[in-house]
Amino acid sequence: MTDESPSDRRDRGVSNTRTESEASRERSGRNEPATRRSDAAVERGDDRTIDRTGEPLLAVEALQTHYPITEGWLRREVGRVRAVDGVSFEIHEGETLGLVGESGSGKTTLAHSLLGLEERTDGTVRFDGERVSELSGADQRAFRRRVQLIVQDPNDAFNPRMQVGKAVAEPLALNGMDDADRRQAIVEDVLERVGLAAEDTDRYPHEFSDGEKQRLAIARALVVDPDLVVADEPTSALDARVQSDILALLDEVRREFDVSILCISHDIDVVRRFCDRVAVMYLGEIVERGATAEVLQRPAHPYTRVLLGSVPSLDPSDREFVRPLTDTIPDPADPPSGCRFHTRCPAVIGPEDADLSEETWERLAAFRFTVQVGELPERIEMDDPPDAATVHDAFDLPDNIRDDEVAAGVEDAVTALTEGDLDQAEERLAAVLPSVCEQQVPETVDVEGRPVTCHRYDTDIDAEPRPWCE
Amino acid sequence: MRMGEQPSTTGESLLSVSDLRTRIETDRGTVRAVDGVSFAVDRGEAVCLVGESGSGKSVTCESLTGIVPQPPASIVGGSVTFDGVDLRDEATDLRSIRGARIGHVFQNPQHALDPVYSVGDQLVEAITAHGDVAKRAARERAVDLLRQVGIPRAEVRVDDYPHEFSGGMAQRVAIAIALAGDPDLLIADEPTTAVDVTVQARLIDLLRGLLDDGMALLLVTHDLRVVASLADRVLVMFGGQILERGPVDRLFERPAHPYTQALFDSYDGFEQLPDRPSRNELPADGCRFRAECPHAVEACSGGDQPPFHPVDGDTEHTASCVYYDEHREADAILDAGRAVRPAAEVDADD
Repeated sequence: MTDESPSDRRDRGVSNTRTESEASRERSGRNEPATRRSDAAVERGDDRTIDRTGEPLLAVEALQTHYPITEGWLRREVGRVRAVDGVSFEIHEGETLGLVGESGSGKTTLAHSLLGLEERTDGTVRFDGERVSELSGADQRAFRRRVQLIVQDPNDAFNPRMQVGKAVAEPLALNGMDDADRRQAIVEDVLERVGLAAEDTDRYPHEFSDGEKQRLAIARALVVDPDLVVADEPTSALDARVQSDILALLDEVRREFDVSILCISHDIDVVRRFCDRVAVMYLGEIVERGATAEVLQRPAHPYTRVLLGSVPSLDPSDREFVRPLTDTIPDPADPPSGCRFHTRCPAVIGPEDADLSEETWERLAAFRFTVQVGELPERIEMDDPPDAATVHDAFDLPDNIRDDEVAAGVEDAVTALTEGDLDQAEERLAAVLPSVCEQQVPETVDVEGRPVTCHRYDTDIDAEPRPWCE
Repeated sequence: MRMGEQPSTTGESLLSVSDLRTRIETDRGTVRAVDGVSFAVDRGEAVCLVGESGSGKSVTCESLTGIVPQPPASIVGGSVTFDGVDLRDEATDLRSIRGARIGHVFQNPQHALDPVYSVGDQLVEAITAHGDVAKRAARERAVDLLRQVGIPRAEVRVDDYPHEFSGGMAQRVAIAIALAGDPDLLIADEPTTAVDVTVQARLIDLLRGLLDDGMALLLVTHDLRVVASLADRVLVMFGGQILERGPVDRLFERPAHPYTQALFDSYDGFEQLPDRPSRNELPADGCRFRAECPHAVEACSGGDQPPFHPVDGDTEHTASCVYYDEHREADAILDAGRAVRPAAEVDADD
């Protein structure tokens, strides 16, 4: 290595401050983390052990957050965006839970609802056994101190005209620490523990790189010694190597500060490396949750499989994706009936009474739902309707459909398309190709010890789970 | 040709770039953002430029067709030849080539879209600007392009304004506009960075289809997964220079340059590397990565960028690293590369 630069020295701050961290723990009057191990404790293969038998730190039950859609000057409610619609999960002490899903799935709304930044419509949130909605006065202030948020883009998190030392100290002042010298001492300590230098307090945000700014954001969350940190895409604005550094820092932080983390991320690599457990969210609902290794290796819900199967492999010879039937994410103000994923689900269940082979059904399901959401192939235009052969070819329709009623309905739909009548085609297909997935809301069932909300795992429904081969 | 450069022109290449140099004036001095970069892209081929922010990959792309803002940037050297035309020649009308023959997609789609015109108007403008097309035909083509990039109900959405599209949708519209001139070469700078994995998969499929139809692709990304899914050949860039180059399968099988290995390593493990010096502080000679390199030796300092040496006798897969000099033992470093290679992840998952 070349000469030791200030940044080299700065970087080692994290690992060199064990004693300081102990001092800080005494200062905060916190005991050592629980060392009780039981059979239910999750061994992570590193030195962290999570006890999942006791009372969870955070327990969320049937949480709903809806936004009203209003019309006119009276602001009459005409509909609701069901951003979070009946979500339940727990986070135990020291645990990191990953929350994954596409944009619009309600991940961020969920996080904001937990923190009280969005008003909850229904459901309960318990923190350390207490119902958060019933907290007031000192208890409420304590809750606000014990739960901290880290946002995605650190550039949004700092006032460009405020020295970072002040910015990091702000939560301390807000929590009633009036002694400026003491604030300064804590800030300097925390800055060093996130890999920055005590001298950095006088600098301004623009003097820091994005990675360093994210370290500052983490420092600001940590100064008040929280028990739960909600990190909303903490690394997605960063380069791969900087992202790796920040994850390493958060890993260090959760050990030293003994915090639980709710990590919202669309990045499977972040979840795989960092989260003990993962919950998969689609259109306001959690469809599957469980231990990260299990969910990533044996995903059960078709949506989880689509998400994982959309991530390109690091092996250039493996270039297959698992694609949804359609790409359109439905409007959360008007979610699909039954299972909300059914319009995109590659494993949507075929009609019970019809005599169709699995392969025929898959092609017909793709036909039905592409027509329904209007994702028509390039050659199919309603302004200039195609002939029947083009429709058959463009949608790759099966030639011999065994079931006469279905065959007739599909031909009607093809004819409707040649006449430029998309609605008629949609209607005919819906009539002859019904699915239990659109008719019934799926129950949440236990699959290898984890909750999965999919009809294919429901023993009352005549459909087998598909095998997963990745 | 100077030492340290690989012959890049096969004579047949659609695009060939040789010893390209671009400087940027900043308040902290002059940055050699592109510092002697050479490569070629053939028809139907996907070449990926991989690196982090500040590595010079975006400035490289913007220098090719002169869209890099000048000043503060200035292209100070090198040659860029596109289909036999010298793009660095002042007599060349770059505007007739941009859009029509070389399409650009930027990371932030809102930069490519004008908020006061409907996307249809913008597409029609792009289509008619590059060919003699009747208004009605241009509009039909606009709808076709939107369908091609996967915009549902394209015939309705063509009249919508950019703000009515979500980030992923806007990125697809930006790609549609870049494709409007039916370009021979698409230069795409982080086209999938801000989008969901499902949309990313869809866009990758779209780009693969265009490659099959003979379009060439120069893709800039920091995401090794996107590289693995699209690239034929890979160029790894750091500090304004290419440090490693090769066919995607071989480079992923044995990442050779210590920098490339560090990139792969960041997909796994928690090993923390030293903080990065900013690019103003990078060494000005020899190997630009040496300040961060765990294997750096005396020979890494001074002179030009280290020459490209074959990796394990492979003349197509080369690394600009003194360890791959025939007189040196590179085995230890290659082994380090094997340890971080992606196959390790695949094994662990199965």
